[in-house]
Formats: sequence, C-alpha cells, structure tokens
Amino acid sequence: MNTWVFIDQFKGNALPASWEALGVGKTLGNVTALVFGSGIEALAKTAFEYGADEVLLADDAALAEYRAEAFTTTLSKLAAERTPDLLLFPTTTRGRELAGMVAIDLKTGVMVDVTALEAAGDKITVTRPIYGGKLLTKETCSSKPQIITLRGRAFPKPAQQAGKSGTLTKVAAATGDFPTKVEGYTTSESGVSLADAGVIVSGGRGVSNNPTLTPPAGLDEKQAEIWRAQQGFVLVKDLASVLGAAVGASRAAVDGGYIPYPHQVGQTGKVVSPDVYIALGISGAIQHLAGMRTSKVIVAINKDPEAPIFKLARYGVVGDLFQIVPALTAAFKKKMGK
Amino acid sequence: MKIVVCIKQVPDSTAKIVVEQGKISWGDAPLIMNPWDEYAVEAALQQKEALGGTITVVTIGDESTREVLKRALAMGADDAILISDPALVNMDTQATAQVLAAAIRKIGAVDMAFFGRQAIDADAGLVPAQTARLLGWPALTLSSVIKIEGSNVRVERGIEEGRQIVTTKLPAVFSMTKDFGEPRYPSFMGIRKASRLEIPVWSLAGLGIPAPASVIAWPEIITPPSREVTCEFITGGSPEEIAETLANKILAEKVL
Repeated sequence: MNTWVFIDQFKGNALPASWEALGVGKTLGNVTALVFGSGIEALAKTAFEYGADEVLLADDAALAEYRAEAFTTTLSKLAAERTPDLLLFPTTTRGRELAGMVAIDLKTGVMVDVTALEAAGDKITVTRPIYGGKLLTKETCSSKPQIITLRGRAFPKPAQQAGKSGTLTKVAAATGDFPTKVEGYTTSESGVSLADAGVIVSGGRGVSNNPTLTPPAGLDEKQAEIWRAQQGFVLVKDLASVLGAAVGASRAAVDGGYIPYPHQVGQTGKVVSPDVYIALGISGAIQHLAGMRTSKVIVAINKDPEAPIFKLARYGVVGDLFQIVPALTAAFKKKMGK
Repeated sequence: MKIVVCIKQVPDSTAKIVVEQGKISWGDAPLIMNPWDEYAVEAALQQKEALGGTITVVTIGDESTREVLKRALAMGADDAILISDPALVNMDTQATAQVLAAAIRKIGAVDMAFFGRQAIDADAGLVPAQTARLLGWPALTLSSVIKIEGSNVRVERGIEEGRQIVTTKLPAVFSMTKDFGEPRYPSFMGIRKASRLEIPVWSLAGLGIPAPASVIAWPEIITPPSREVTCEFITGGSPEEIAETLANKILAEKVL
C-alpha cells in the first residue's frame, strides 16, 4: 500500500501525533511523509528518522504559516498526480481541516479521529468514537484514496533512529492568490498542550470552595468566588508543575470564569487520553467524563463520596482538596527528586 | 450582511446512548440544537447587531427537525429553511457539505456562513471546512472573535499552540468555538414570532442537485466495554499520610 502521512508542524516542530501517524503508516508498508512549510528541511531529516521511506518536501515562503487553502491546494495537486492509496493525518486542528478539504478535492471521504485500524489488502476498516465516546463505530470508505485522521496518543510513537535517511523529493507549493493572510499568534499561557500531555491535572467547581480564604475587600460575590477559585487553581498548577503535567478544567470552572476555555476538558472542550488524569474538585458530569474516560489511570479527589467521577477512578480520596493537594505536591516533589 | 447559519438536531448531551439491534438509541432523551450550533447562531446574531442584515437558518432532516429551526428563530434569526428529502439519509460529511453548499448558493449573495465547530453525535467536525471548499470560500474554522470591516475579516482561531490571527475577504465560512460570548436564550417575543413563521421545505429537486453519494459506511456500531475499575479509596490519617500513600500508588503504576 502506498501510504502518505501529513506531518503537522508549528514553527518547525512536529506535533507528536504526526510521528504516531507515521508509525501507523509503517505497519502498512512503504510510507511517504509530507513536510510542508518554509525553511523546514531539517524536519524532513527527522521524518526519515521516525521511519519515512520518502519525504515530499514543499519548502516555500507561501507555506511559511499554515493557511488552509494554500496547504490544501498543494496537497491535493500532489495526490492527484501521484495517486496514493491512503492518506494519514494526525487529528490536530490543522490535520482534521486539511483532511476534510483535500477529500473534497479528491472526491472521497474522511474517517476521522480514529483510535484503531485494521487492513485487509488495500481496504481499511477503522474504529472511532462517536457521541462523545459513548459509542464506538467501525467505519469504511468505498472510494480512493482512503483518508484517515488518527487520534493523538491512540497509537504508539515509533522510536527515532538517528541518522536513518531516505529519498528526499522536493515538490512545488501551489501557486495562486489565496486571500487569507496570517497576522500572528497569541500563544497559550499553559506550557503543556492538553492533547499531547502524558499527565493532566484538572480543577473543577470544587477549587473555589476553600473556606479558610478571605477575599480582599471591595469584591462583590462573583468576584470573590473567582478570586477564591484562582487561589484554588494555584494548587492545581503547582501539582501540574511538579508532574510536568498540563492543566485542565471542567466546564463548570470555565463557565465560572476561573480559567480560560482552552483548558476545558469534555464533550464541548478537549478530548484527552493521558496516562494519568488527576481530577480535583470535579464531580464528573457525563460531558466531562466523555472527554477523559480513556485516560489510563484516573485519580479523583472530591469531598462528595457519591461523585460520579469515582466510578471511573482507580484511586480516590474523599476529603478536603485544599489540604490534600498541597501535601500531594510536596510528596511528589520529594519522591521525584525535585 | 446576508448571513446563513447551518444547524443540526442531535440527542441531548446528557442522553444515555446505547446500541439496540445494531441501531443507535437515545431512549426518550430530548432532541436539541447541537450545542456548538448555539454558538454559531449567537455569532451570527452578534454580527447582525453590529452590521445589520438578515439571518437565515438551515437544517437537513425530517419534519421533527423544525424544532431546532424554531429555536434559532426564537433566538433572533429572521427566517429558516428545512431541507428534507427521502434520499437524504445516512449522509457522510462530504455529502452533507454538498447539500449545504447547494443551499447556500440557492439562497444567493450570502456574505457569511456560520457553523458550530462539530456536531456532538458523529463528532466529525469536517462539514464547515468541506462546505467552504465546495463554495471556494475561505474556511475560518474554530473561530472565536470576529471583526468585519467592509469585506475584510479578521478572526482569532483556536489552535493547539494558542490562537492564530487571520485576515481574509468575505464571503467566508466560519465554524465557531466558544470564548466570544454565551448563546442567548430565546426571548418571549422571539418564541411568538417563531411559532407563526412559515418554514419552507426544499427538496433535492428544489435545490437542483442529484442525491449526493455517501462513501463512508458504519458497518457496526458498538457500546464500548465499560471500564472495569473499582475505585480504591485512600483513607485514614492526616492529609500528609493520605498524600504519601496516594503518591506511592500512582508511582507504582509506572506511568509517570
């Protein structure tokens, strides 16, 4: 099978799910990595080290920033000329969008956010979650090429083999007048991206309930609640920092104004699948559980013993998170030699 | 400003969804407007308030889907179109996009088409970008803050690394995430207006397109195996002792 894998990169750094997709491609035969950008030949070398047999490198100022139209047109033209059997993308924001738009150009379908796949000859059957993970569906595509986006952390990242090389083919970027221009970026304050995180520490409504705090004078009731919650999130962030973890939140915490939306985990936030998920003061609404239920080890600290989060948790503590979390942070700091 | 919002009816997000005889069932849970689409309607209303114009909401489905159109009308949309045809069943995203692109063309002279970022049933999140591609319009997916000046657009898009700030020209397709305001509730006046308004039904013949062929199939739908976990509760002692035990348990999992 002639498989292509799109390497999603930002400022020259590939998102880890790109390498996972390359690993999946390798299990099916020869793999061509697509590296698009400007001044990114180094990334082509890395793609060989992660297993690519060939790299199609479109290195052009027009691709310096991700723009849906320029990337789609470049990719669709290459695929129309070289007719791959299978296109793999990581399910990242760019990967998902590009897969959908390329499918329109190539008159085919997309199997999106796939968590498992099996091949019988050239025909792929995938499994993917639907209804926020409440169900799984098998899925097939009757047209060619088959296009699949793979959920991050659902497949192993292949080992990097230093010095391995392959065939580097330089290809042209699409020319054309694309009206979309990138003005710039505002980067998120959190250091670790939720989607890639091996460990996530999340806070919910419960982090605003510390009775021992006295808010500064002059705040109204809502402002005082937010102030309390922000003190609570300091504990969440301290624990996350010791564990090298990303900071998540429940919808209640986001809607309450405690923490910005990009941190939200759940059906209307991010779907995550870390090795360890620590839920602090989160009761576990069904929409939140949908976003984190595939985490390997779930730990919950909550004052309510009936909280639904404990049904998914491997370890639970019924108690006061304001006392236990700082102690837990201190314990990890000591044990992990920090 | 001529604005279209494409919306979808889905089972309530709190519904217990199961597979019965190979078919998806949500029991007696209510059908609602896809929660993300409420943000799309809100974004359209904010643009209309800033710039003037009209909002047309569009959905694909049977007669029961009129309810979500009425909700959008009650929130403040001006008119609604129900696209309904016996051939429009089990559509994949590219087929759906073909129907919606045809509807947007037929409505004519549309400046902005709004979508929610994804529907909470099939969770694909592809239709907005695919519709944009079919129309040949810029795809501004995962948008939050939108500013329009003349035919110039500036949006903030949510990406893994934070936000990407993009400029482009109208007409354009927008898929909305959160972070620019919460969807408003229908007003009493809006509900009255919605109950009286005629909602035209467009068939495929009316759209002037053949039934689009779907290429994606769902041969088997399964209820995921439940997680066989019994929670081990850490009890007893001071917070420090509990924390010590918990940290040891987590480290023993060898996943950190």
